Amino acid sequence: MKPLAPVQPGTRLLLGVAFFIVFFGVWAAVTLGGLISKTFLADPITMVHSGWTLLTEGFLKDIGMTVWRVVGGFAIAAVLAVPLGVVMGAYKPVEAFFEPFVSFARYLPASAFIPLLILWAGIGEAQKLAVIFIGSFFQLVLMVAVSVGNTRRDLVEAAYTLGAGDGGVVQRVLLPASAPEIAETLRMVLGWAWTYVIVAELIGASSGIGHMITDSQALLATDQIIFGILVIGLIGLVTDFAFKAVNRRVFPWAQLR
Amino acid sequence: MKRDDLPVATTDAVLQVSAVSKTFPGGTVALQATDLAVQENDFITILGPSGCGKSTLLRMVAGLDTPTAGRIALDGHTVSGPGADRGMVFQSYTLFPWLTVLENVCFGLREKKMPLAEQRAIAQRFIDKVGLRGFEGHYPKQLSGGMQQRTALARALANDPRILLMDEPFGALDHQTRELMQELLLTVWEGERKTVLFVTHDIDEAIFMGNRVVVMSARPGRIKCDLAVPLAHPRHYAMKTTAPFAELKARLTEEIRVEVQRAAGLLPGAQ
Repeated sequence: MKPLAPVQPGTRLLLGVAFFIVFFGVWAAVTLGGLISKTFLADPITMVHSGWTLLTEGFLKDIGMTVWRVVGGFAIAAVLAVPLGVVMGAYKPVEAFFEPFVSFARYLPASAFIPLLILWAGIGEAQKLAVIFIGSFFQLVLMVAVSVGNTRRDLVEAAYTLGAGDGGVVQRVLLPASAPEIAETLRMVLGWAWTYVIVAELIGASSGIGHMITDSQALLATDQIIFGILVIGLIGLVTDFAFKAVNRRVFPWAQLR
Repeated sequence: MKRDDLPVATTDAVLQVSAVSKTFPGGTVALQATDLAVQENDFITILGPSGCGKSTLLRMVAGLDTPTAGRIALDGHTVSGPGADRGMVFQSYTLFPWLTVLENVCFGLREKKMPLAEQRAIAQRFIDKVGLRGFEGHYPKQLSGGMQQRTALARALANDPRILLMDEPFGALDHQTRELMQELLLTVWEGERKTVLFVTHDIDEAIFMGNRVVVMSARPGRIKCDLAVPLAHPRHYAMKTTAPFAELKARLTEEIRVEVQRAAGLLPGAQ
């Protein structure tokens, strides 16, 4: 194989699908072949079967709850973090004021806040949203600020020589120049938000995918646990594709080669 | 730009550079005290080896850098920051990648809050002038380097600046494209009669484009000589092989060569 040589689109799809087949094949072989006990790992057929049972018995509501929590917590974080990040990226004194604290805060693990948040907000929806908010907000702020701050200086100078003022430069250069990167940041951090929601649901929740997984653990229902994990993965994959498609539509100029 | 200061000196120069110098933080002298007067409709080329401070001088005129000492005045008003009255074409490709050719050319007009129809009409006129009719809806990444610089020229001209500043605008282009661009700029200039300050390190370009060639010394930069170009307008590329062109080129080659040697530390007595 030649290093860095591109692969044909058809071949790429085939190879991608092939791995899934290999993955499920190996899984089926070790479980159905009896190499691994059913107590520790369910086989794919049982998993699909009990997954279907789950879906018909109200698991859809759990999925809905989890999606709602992720989207809600993430939306609150984004609505506050993007403007703050833009202002920080554009105005250096503002950045100097917030940046050290935000850099510190983003290393505080969101999951470690759960006991505290239960104390403050109970085990209701506010606590779940708060976990996702803490997990996403600080990351978003920093990454947006960096994107805005990295705007090409010569574009800013060109705008000034065309008569733009300071506000005009922010609105007409910094924002559009960094918009595709901000959208990309939102896509990435949304992926991380999914890990926080499950952690939040593992502790003190009465609904959601994470709650179902904890319940299944008590019953040693590995088939249900695996099904829950796969559902999360699938939703993640779908949102990721959707986000990418929207970005391509909204920022055609950033995709051109 | 706000113009609330009164004219200080009455000269007929459009641009007056008086005792302007620039020392960078750290003590590097980029430009020694420099005087330069640019008259209406002048096309002045500033020629010098790399690092001689010619770009620094142009950036100070644009208001993108501030002089350490001295004064720059446009129509008698002191320059204190960038403004639409001094249009600039940069060496790097500075079209806004998220805007089409038409939107790029409209950028400054929109900043002036001009009605959209009027913006379009003016932009279209300059897009036609630089030969880009049919490319209005293209994004910069879909254009060649020469086309991008032509758009940048149209964008600067559409804004109707008092003076056009050009910082090695064709420096990143290949030789053939550069020669085409020089002719195109000359044609546009002969039609618009803009006042132009054009920085280059290419001797042929400096002579072919300019009415006057200002030669700068190696760092620390200063103006070494200021020569009139004895070529009539309209200029044709065949002029590059005439005797007056060759004479001036020989003289400038000698002037620049000494400076490059000095900069390289090849002359006795150099620092």
